[in-house]
This record gives sequence, C-alpha cells and structure tokens, in this order.
Amino acid sequence: MLKYLLNRLFWMVPLLVGISLISFLIMHLAPGDITSTEASFNPKTSEESRQKLRELYNLDKPVIVQYGLWLKRMSTLDFGHSFASHQSPVFWQETDKDGNVTKGMIQEALPITLLINVLSLILIIGIALPLGVISALTQNKLPDRSITIFVFIGFAIPSFWLALMLMYWTGVSHNWLPISGLHSLGADKLSWFSQALDTLKHLTLPILISGLTGLAGISLFVRNGMLDVLHQDYITTARAKGLPENTVIYKHALRNALLPLITIFGLSIPGLIGGSVIAESIFAIPGMGKLFYDAVLMRDFPVIMGILTIGSALTLVGNLLADLAYAWADPRVRKGVAQ
Amino acid sequence: MNAILKNPLALAGLIIIAIISFMAVFAPLIAPFDPDAINVKSILLAPSSSHWMGTDGLGRDVYSRMLFGARISLLVGIVAVGIATIIGIVLGALAGFYRGWADTVIMRLVDVMLSIPTFFLILAVIAFLTPSIWNIMIVIGLTSWMGVTRLVRAEFLSLRNREFVLASQTLGAQDSRLIFKQLLPNSLTPIIVSSVLGVASAVLVESGLSFLGLGVQAPQASWGNILTDGKEYIEFAWWLSLFPGLAILITVMGYNLLGEGLRDALDPRTSNNK
Amino acid sequence: MQNRHQIIKKILPCLLSIFIATSLISCSEQKNEASSKLNQEYPPESGGTLVDAMSGEPSGLIAMMAGESSASAIASNIFNSLLKYDKNLELTGELAKSWDVSADQKTITFHLKPNLKWADGKPLTSADVLFTWQTVTNDNTRSPYGADYKLVKKAEAPDANTFKVTYAQPYAPALDSWSGLHVLPKHLLEDQDINNTPFSRHPVGSHYYQLDQWKKGESISLKRNPNASQGQAKIDRLVSRIIPDRAAQFLELMADNIDSMSLNSIQYARIFPARPDLTNKIAQYKELGNSYTYLGFNLKRKPFNDVRVRQAINYAIDKQEIIDGVLLGLGLPVASPYKPGTRWSNPKLQPYPYNPQKAITLLKAAGFEDHDHDGILDRDGQPLSFEILTNQNKEREMSAVLVQRRLKEIGIDVKIRVVEWATFISRFIKTGDFNVVLLGWGLGLEPDQFNIWHSSQQAPGQFNFIGYNNPKVDMLLETGRTELNPDKRMKIYHQFAEILLEDSPVVYLFAGYGLPAMHKRVKGIDDPAPPAGIGHNAYEWYIPTPLRRNEMSAE
Repeated sequence: MLKYLLNRLFWMVPLLVGISLISFLIMHLAPGDITSTEASFNPKTSEESRQKLRELYNLDKPVIVQYGLWLKRMSTLDFGHSFASHQSPVFWQETDKDGNVTKGMIQEALPITLLINVLSLILIIGIALPLGVISALTQNKLPDRSITIFVFIGFAIPSFWLALMLMYWTGVSHNWLPISGLHSLGADKLSWFSQALDTLKHLTLPILISGLTGLAGISLFVRNGMLDVLHQDYITTARAKGLPENTVIYKHALRNALLPLITIFGLSIPGLIGGSVIAESIFAIPGMGKLFYDAVLMRDFPVIMGILTIGSALTLVGNLLADLAYAWADPRVRKGVAQ
Repeated sequence: MNAILKNPLALAGLIIIAIISFMAVFAPLIAPFDPDAINVKSILLAPSSSHWMGTDGLGRDVYSRMLFGARISLLVGIVAVGIATIIGIVLGALAGFYRGWADTVIMRLVDVMLSIPTFFLILAVIAFLTPSIWNIMIVIGLTSWMGVTRLVRAEFLSLRNREFVLASQTLGAQDSRLIFKQLLPNSLTPIIVSSVLGVASAVLVESGLSFLGLGVQAPQASWGNILTDGKEYIEFAWWLSLFPGLAILITVMGYNLLGEGLRDALDPRTSNNK
Repeated sequence: MQNRHQIIKKILPCLLSIFIATSLISCSEQKNEASSKLNQEYPPESGGTLVDAMSGEPSGLIAMMAGESSASAIASNIFNSLLKYDKNLELTGELAKSWDVSADQKTITFHLKPNLKWADGKPLTSADVLFTWQTVTNDNTRSPYGADYKLVKKAEAPDANTFKVTYAQPYAPALDSWSGLHVLPKHLLEDQDINNTPFSRHPVGSHYYQLDQWKKGESISLKRNPNASQGQAKIDRLVSRIIPDRAAQFLELMADNIDSMSLNSIQYARIFPARPDLTNKIAQYKELGNSYTYLGFNLKRKPFNDVRVRQAINYAIDKQEIIDGVLLGLGLPVASPYKPGTRWSNPKLQPYPYNPQKAITLLKAAGFEDHDHDGILDRDGQPLSFEILTNQNKEREMSAVLVQRRLKEIGIDVKIRVVEWATFISRFIKTGDFNVVLLGWGLGLEPDQFNIWHSSQQAPGQFNFIGYNNPKVDMLLETGRTELNPDKRMKIYHQFAEILLEDSPVVYLFAGYGLPAMHKRVKGIDDPAPPAGIGHNAYEWYIPTPLRRNEMSAE
C-alpha cells in the first residue's frame, strides 16, 4: 500500500511539470500583457512608463527565462504576486514588516468555490443515486425514460439562462432568495447562525444550478452501473438462492455499482472548478472562476499560472484520494495491494 | 440502426438532430429575412406573424438569425468534435497498438490534460488568440480529445490479442493495414457514441463562451451570442433569450439522447436482454 | 391513499390561487402606498445608506496607481485634488482656495484652504501636496500618469498653505492636470513603497467619505469623514457592491437591492416606459456623456491617405441612423472632439450630412468606380474593401454593422472584426496593423489633445496611432499648450476642430448620453442634469428617514 502511494506521489511530479509547461506555453502564444489593458489606453499614460513596468515584471526577458524563474519559485510554493492587483500574493498570505497581513488571492477564492462544489456534489449524490437506481430498475419503462429526459434537460439547458430566469423569479417577482453576492448588507452584525443562514440563502441558486448540470452524468452512471451489475452472475446466484429482491438490489448490486463512482468524483473536480466561471460571474461570487476570468482579461500571468497549477494539483490530489478510497473500499483491490 | 428505431428516446434525438440540421443546411432558403438586415424602425418587436420570433435590438429578424445561428453552432460542435476524434484516434491507436514508451508518454499527456480544468484552459487560449469561430473550434477540439484516446487505446488493447488480429499479424500484415483494416473498424462504435455526446458539450461550451464575451463574435450569429444579447432583457424582451435558449436545450438534448441511446443499443451489458 | 391524493390534487390549486391572489393584492397595495410615499417632499436630513453596483473590483484605491474606472470612482469620494470642475465644468478650487498664474505664465501658486485635516485628524498642508508630486514623478513609482507632472521644473512649499510649481515653459493643461491628482497623506506614506503599500487597501483621505470596510470580491463600504475638507455630506454610508454581470445588476435594481446603476439605452427607452412599477420607484436621468465614438482611418495606408475617400465615407454614413438605432435616440452627433455645449466645442461646426450622392462623386474624383461591375468600387483593379476593427462593446459592434450597411450601398465592401481588448491593443493598435478602427475617445474637459493628434505622437504605444500628420494642426496644438488665456485658447481649439473636421481623419459617429437610474428614495438630485452630470452635488443628496432601506431586512 505504501509503495503504491509513493509511486503515485512520484508520478505527480512530472505531471505537475507538464501542467505548468502547457499553461506557460499557452500564455505566451499571443501578444498582449499587463500593460495593454483598458486602463493603460489613456492619453495621459506614456509608453516609457509602460516599458518600465514590463522590465519590473521581467516581461522583457525571453520566454524560457521567464519559465525558469517561475518554475524555480513554484517549487517552493511561491506563486509570486499579481501584476494587476497591487502586488497581492497569488497563493498564500504574506506579512510585511509592519505586521500587515495581505491574504493570498487563491487562499481567499478557493474555499468559496470548494464550498459551493462540495455542497452541489452532495446535492447531486442525494438526487442522482435514487434516480439512477429507479432508472435501472425500470429500464426502458416510463420512469426510466422520464428520468433520462429530466436529467438531460438539466444538462442541456444553458446554465446562465436558467440562472437569470431563476434570479428573476425568486428574487424580483418574489422576494424569496437574494439575487447575487455572498452576504446581505450588514450581515456581519448578525449572529453566526443567521450569518450562515444568510450565506446559505445566497448560495442556494448557484448550488442548485451547478447540481442540475451535474445530475445527468452521475445518475446515468449509477443507472448503467446498476444494469451492469444486475446482469452479473453473482446477482443471478443471489436471486437463485431466494434472497429477497430488496436485499439483492440494495445490499449486493448497489454497493458494487457505487464503487466506480468514487473515481468519477475524482475526475469531475476539474470540470467543477472550470464550470465555476459562469456561475460565479453571474452570481457575483468571488471564487476561483471569477478570479481566473478577471486574470485572463487583465493578462495577469502569475494569477493565471497559479490557478491553473493549483487547480490541476487539486485534481491530482483528488484523483489520488479517490483511488485510495477505491482501493480501501474494494476487497479485491485491497487484497491485491496487500499482496 | 434497428436498435435506435426501437428506443423512442434515441429516435426522438435522431429526429431532433435531423430537423435542426435540415434547418441549418437550408437556412438561406427557409429564412424569411436577411439575418443581418438592420431595420432601425422595427427594434425589439414581439413575435408576430411577420417576425415569428420577434426582432432584436437592431431590428433584425430573430427567426432568420436563429436559422443562420444554427449553422454556426452546429459547425462549431461538429468540427470541434472532428478534431478531437482525429487526435484521439491517432494517439489512442499509437498507445494501444505499440504500447511501451509511446503508451507511457501518451497516457501521461492524457493525465496532464485531464487534470487541468478544461474550461479554464479554453477560456485562456481563446482570450489570448482572439475569439473567432475557427479558434473556438480548434481550441475546443484540442482540449477534448482525451476521452477518445482512452477509449481507442482500451479497445486496441483488448482487440490486439484477439485471434483474428493475431492471425493476420502472423500472416505478415503491415501495422498500418492492421490498424486501419482490423482494429479501427472494430472499435468504431464507442468512438461514434463519444463523438455524438461530444457535439452536445461543444455546443454548450460555445454558449458559455458567448456569455463571457469570448464566443463567436458579432455580427456573425450563433445561438450562444443571440442568447447572450438577450440576457439583459430576459423578461422584457423574452423572445430574445427564450428561442435561442430552447434551441440550445433541444439540440443538446437531441445529441445526448441519441448518444446514450446508441450506447445502450450497442453495449451488450446494458442492453435489455429479454 | 388514493382518496387523499385526489383531495390534495383538488385542494392544491385552490390554495395556490388563493395564495397568489392575496399576495398580488397585498403587493399592489404596498406598491401604491410606497410610490406615493416616494413622491412626497421631504426636508433634507443626514443619515442613510446609498447602495450602488460596479462591474469590477478596484485593485487599490490610490488612483494614480490603479487606473481602473472603478478605482477612481471610489477614490474620488475619499481623496481631494487641488482643483475640481464645478457643475458647469469650470475649474474651481477644491483643496485650493485660490491660485495665481505668474506674468510669464510659467509659475502657478496654489493657496490652500486654512485648517485642512486628514480623516485621521492630522493637518493637511502643502507638504502633503509636494509629497504627492514627488511620488507621482518618482521614477520608481509604477504610475502611468507621471508625464504631465514631470513637466514641472520646480515644485516648492514655501509655507504650510502655499504650493508653487514652475514649468520650463508655459503649460496650459497644467491646471487641468492638478484637478486630476489626488493629494496623498505624507505622514502615512513617507516610508512606504507606493507600489506595494497596504495604504492602497486602507486609504486615508480628506474628502467626504472614508473607507469603512472592504470585503474582497463583494463590496466596498465608505462612511462619512468627520474631518472632511469640503463640509459634511448628508448620506452616512456609500456601499458599492461588486456585481460583474450587467443583467444581474439590473435584476438587483428591480428588486430594490441597489439604489443606482447606469442604464443602457434599451433599459432607459424601452423597459422603463413599459414598466410603471419601475418608474414609480426609480428615477431616470440623462447627462452628457464622457466620450465620443468614432471611425478612425489608418492614414498611412491607401486609400485612406486620400482626403476625398475619407470625406466620402463620412458623407456615406448616416449618423442620425446610428444614434436612433444603437442609442435609441439617446445621443448627440458631434463635429469636434469636445463636449457639445462647452466652451471648447466650436458651435459653428456641423457634422457631415448623410449624402451618399456626394460620397459617390468624391470617390469618383479619387478614381474609384465600379469598372468590373461586381457591385464594388475599384481603382487600378483594386476593389475598395476593408475591415473595420473594434473591441467587444455592444454599441461599437452595432455601430459597425450600421456603417457596414451604409457603405455597402455606395459600393464599399466592409468586413467587421471584433477583438477582445488586450489583444486589440497589442496586436493591432501598437503595431499599426489595421485599416479602419471603430473606437472611442474621452471628451476631456481639457482641450489639449496633443497626444492624440500631433504628428510627433505616432511611435508604437503612443496615441496618434492613426498617423495623423497636419503641420497646421501641429502648430495649433503647440501654441494651444502654451496659451493660458482662456479666450485665446478657445479660438485656437475652435480652429483646430475646424481643420480636423475638414480633414476627416476620423468620422465622428456620436456621443452617447450617460443614463443613470436612481431610486426615488434619494432626494436632492438636480434634474435635468447640469453639464457636469448629476453627481456634482452628491454630497447634498439625502435619504429621508421614512424611505430608508431596512438594512438587515432578512430576519
């Protein structure tokens, strides 16, 4: 088990280097840097001062030198400072000589995105599991078909369109939910419970929408996994032994059909993080997606690189955890590893 | 084919795709107006007998723009998936056929690409390269080949040791002949399924990019940018967002239903063996 | 079981309809009551919170360092400059009580108002102004705005209330430049690195408001500054929420969660008139915009180096159609690069009228005719065909489409290319690799436009990227810079604008109105808006107690 773990950890290093190389190359595909943003297109600014900026940020050095500098710093988890946002650290907080703490940009954005994604994953599992099982048990009958259509609608509807309609309906037509943001004004004067409730209200729509989008994948996966398992020999045996149908389905079939789900969750992390751009822009949520989108428009290279690398590293860790959990949960693999 | 006809959902998907494709191909013949014809006097008209889907902020006929937008949206989906499929087949075949270091390198590359949040990657590249329809297709293609690669590789690995392949190899068949005549045709079905599903995702990605201002650029119409145009008037000029929204929904549904139906029909495990 | 279902099925719709009916009734009652309450007269009083929305988050609140519009919008509530523009856009003192210009026009002496204080209670003196000047001109300061201030040869603070700057030559834009430089506190920044100081997130200024709370990515709240240099504002708190999506902003406005936003023309001219529930509670204003949109030619390329071609295109474009179509009539045609109605705008000048016949004649004179009968004019076998390049901006895209159609009618083939901003600047503008651009310039209050039109300003990254070169204009721009007498200056810039219009290096398309919407709970706003816009007396706005938002209404 330990050897397997070490092996996996060892392989993460070249993967991370590969990821950083790809993201670095992409950024240098096209012209444009921090000095060509809207703010700089002002007759009161001058080209010399922009050139000065470029030198300060090493943007005048050859690409390969810039990459080297970056890789060197990354190995110490130093993702540098944002070009655009007044030198905020990209990743983690810093304390200056006067004791002022500047929070890292990713440090602040990541927990928000993770919270939304974890909550929507829980929502997805809660709904997709029963839907998938019902679908499998009623294969090709009406419930199966309706469920399939329902989850596909969730997947196929452009999420920002649905988001705006729901915002209008729940926020303008009825005063049920807040429209955008994370907190109500003055929420910090409330008790922690009311604050949590307030945040939860703000997150209801984002979670609902991201959950609806992800429903199709998981529920179909459960359905197909169940069908797969239900046709296997040991299920037939169990049935032949005269075990009650419920026991067969929930004790034997479902457990085995669920195992591969663990892997799917690991693999779905990059999609979830990536999908956060649109939801966070529309709901005005200061998470990773919003941060990334702004950085792209500002050509804020350190932030782009930092997010791509940390987002990918998260996925690698997620996959590793998923594999470990899988190994732990599946007796066959567990035994194999032990030998 | 029979299997699709028997599965009502897959059949529905097929019909949807057929209708939408027909409308896209014959858009110039069907469209009642020039999709780019501006009419300052007929701005934001509600749907009526002359403008079935109303008019937009420049007085252009939304129905005509939807028809021409269908061409762009479907083109983006199909070309992007085409690119991804070709890359996927080539890399998957190399990895699955030759194994060894080629396999290792390719599969590591797959791992790298799979762990980068794809939408971030697409966003960054398109912003840097300027969003044009070609860039969008290429970038979506270049970031979505990993699934096909894995599929093809897995099929090749399992087919390679089958008797018919071993037999032709002993008979001295060339590698290329083996790959193209024997292995590839036998792994076609999962590739088709994944391509059909891929079109659905690509159409959605284009609309998402449009929302962020990085989709197909005006004045060229795509469903994504028509929908984005209408987003500020979602309840006032509802026709500007309702029709493109529904069009995307129905089309993506169509591809998904067909894809899943195909998978069900072609996959012996999940098919209904009564 | 079956029975219960049946009953529920029957009852549910009834319940629902009752619920809906009652909620509708109560709603409409509330609305009527609320709207009459909103329209009453109230005496001015202080207190309350004004909430607005901004699309982007400022990177910091030191305007000379940040540069985004969101940063200067907020920073201008916190910091003062020496001078400001009044409601009629005339320069007047802000921190300065008065100023004198020396006889040789090279030295300006500012006399500060007495007893000025920073928000933290420390005195604000000329030493702070001098420190600010030293900071902005310091070579280590990563500010793009240093150029104007570097022309100052000598700056001194002879006593606590006097600040004196001497220029090598008379520099007319100087006064304007001192209205744009926020004075920073020396005692807090002296030993700091201005490029990277916590001060930019915890600023201390001297204006009406001071920073209360900055929730990163969510909102910036300001509270009243008790030591404000210009007296006390009425409204207690200003909150700016960061809402990137404009559709979401509008929903928040409709739901009464924000008090103001700037509308687009469809919202202003179509949605509001159709929604009495909105006009009952939200007031719409119209003010002179801050920029004009133009079509600019690359004058270094054929055929745009031919004035007849430029004029022909100018005649062929129907500006009123663009204003009606793109802005729904909410804009003005312009004939000079100055705010219509202000001193610098030459009232004699008229935009080129829409006259396609004249355009065709001019093009014929320039040698363009449809020789090969393909519907497109050509000269020496070359068709008259080009690409209009613009950035992602709805109004500009739509204008380009209208221009394209009008030009097609007289036989010019136009393609449109829309590019994202950063690429637009670096790939096309800096390299000069474009034929025609559709862009906007600010309608500045200072008439000097040396950087935009002078022939010496054509290097990559400079602003005369269209390559305009007219010795007469160069001469006028140079004298205009050194002439401090307003009347003489006016004549110079009127003549400059006249030549510019005749030369037609750009086609002025329109200047759109700013269309702010404000909840009617906010009182004391000038309507109609004066030339400076409604914001000029924001410190006098007030929110009567009965109309204030219940701050934490959610339980």
